[in-house]
Amino acid sequence: MTISRRNLLKKTLVGTAVAALPALPLGAIKFLSPAEAKAAVSESKTRYAFLVDTNKCVGCGFCVKACKKENDVPYDSPVTRTWVERYLITKDGKSHIDSPKGARDGFTSQLQENQHETVDPKEIDKAFFVPKLCNQCESPACVQVCPVGATYQTNDGVVLIDRTWCIGCGYCIMACPYGVRYFHPKYKVADKCTFCYHRLAKGLKTACVDACSFGARQVCDLKNPEDPATKIILTERVAVLKDEYGTKPHVFYLGLDRNVR
Amino acid sequence: MKNHVLRPIMVAIAAVALLLTARSIYVPDDFGVHGKNFTFGFYRESNVDEWKAMPAKYKGKQYCAECHDEQYDSITASKHKIIQCENCHGPALNHPDEPEALTIDRSRGLCLRCHADLPYPNTLRAELPGIDPVEHNAGSECSECHNPHKPSLEDM
Repeated sequence: MTISRRNLLKKTLVGTAVAALPALPLGAIKFLSPAEAKAAVSESKTRYAFLVDTNKCVGCGFCVKACKKENDVPYDSPVTRTWVERYLITKDGKSHIDSPKGARDGFTSQLQENQHETVDPKEIDKAFFVPKLCNQCESPACVQVCPVGATYQTNDGVVLIDRTWCIGCGYCIMACPYGVRYFHPKYKVADKCTFCYHRLAKGLKTACVDACSFGARQVCDLKNPEDPATKIILTERVAVLKDEYGTKPHVFYLGLDRNVR
Repeated sequence: MKNHVLRPIMVAIAAVALLLTARSIYVPDDFGVHGKNFTFGFYRESNVDEWKAMPAKYKGKQYCAECHDEQYDSITASKHKIIQCENCHGPALNHPDEPEALTIDRSRGLCLRCHADLPYPNTLRAELPGIDPVEHNAGSECSECHNPHKPSLEDM
C-alpha cells in the first residue's frame, strides 16, 4: 500500500483530533466574564501578618490563657496554640530556656533547672520573653505534606485545618519547623493557631492581641499600608524565625536575639 | 479476542467505574483547587466559612463599658487601665444572657503573672512593681489589701 504525503498528513491530523475529543469534556470549558477572570487571576486584597515586640513582653501569659479559652483548646492538657518562652543568657554564654505549661499561668518564679537549681540573678547577662505562634507561612511545609487536602492556605494567607476532612495522621505536626501544630485531644485532629480567623472575619483583633496589656502582640493586614503594625513591618528592622527553612514565615519580630530558636 | 483476556479487562473497568461513582458521592462538590495552586490550595471551600462563623468569646473592653460604666471608669483612672476586663473576669461569651454572671479570678497567681519580682536587666518586667511571693503575705489573697481597680495603696 502506498500513501501520498498529502494523505498521510491529512489522516494524522484527523486521527489526532478524534483521539483528543474524549479528553475534552464540555464541562471543562468555562467562559468567564471579564470581572470573574480578573478575580481568578489577581490576588486577594488581604494578607494577614503578625508583629511581636519582644522588648515589650513581660511574660504574664494572659495571651496564652485567652487563646486557650477563645479557641476551645483543652485548658489543662499540655497543648497550646501559642506560648511564651523565657530566655536567660548567663555570663558563661549559656542560654537557659523554659516555658512552664506554655506560660499559661505566666512566669511567677525564677527559672528552675534540674528541678532544684535556679539561675543566679547576678549571673544573668540578658533576659527576655519570646511569644510564639503559628507563622502562617507563605510556603507552609505543613500543607505540602497533607495527604488528604485537609489543611490549606486561604487566599488571605492564613493556614487552616478542615476538621471534618483531617484523618489525624500527624504528618503536618512533624513537618512544621516551628512546632506549632499539635493533636487536638477533643476533636482528634491536628490543630494550630488560626490567627483567630473567626475574630478577624468579624473585624476584631485576635484574642491574644486583645489580652496583651503591653502591646507586645499586634495583628495586621500586610496589604494595608495604613495599618500601624504593617507600617512597622515595612519600615523598621524586623526578623523572622528559622528563615533558612524557606517557608517565608509571616510572624515578624522586633528585638529578636540570635539565641532564639 | 478470547474470553480470558476480555474478562479481566471488564473487571478492571467495573472497578474503576465503582471507584469513580463512590468518589463522586463522597467528595463534596466544592472540594478542589481554590487557592494559589494545588500544593497549598487544595481544599473544601466551605470550610473557610465554617471557621469564619465560629462565635467570638472575648468581647473586649467596650462591650463591658456599655453596662458597667462605673467599674470601667474606675479602672481607666488607674495604672491598670492597660489590662482588659476579661483577663480577670473571664470571657464575656453571651453575658448577661448566658452566663448570667462571670466568675472573677481573684487568685494570687493571677496578680503574680506580672507582679512576681523577676529582676531581669533591660526588661519591662523589672520595671513593674514586684514582690517576692514567698515573703509578701504568703497565703492571703492580694485583693484583701489591694483593690485591682485602684491598685495603689496610697490612693485608697
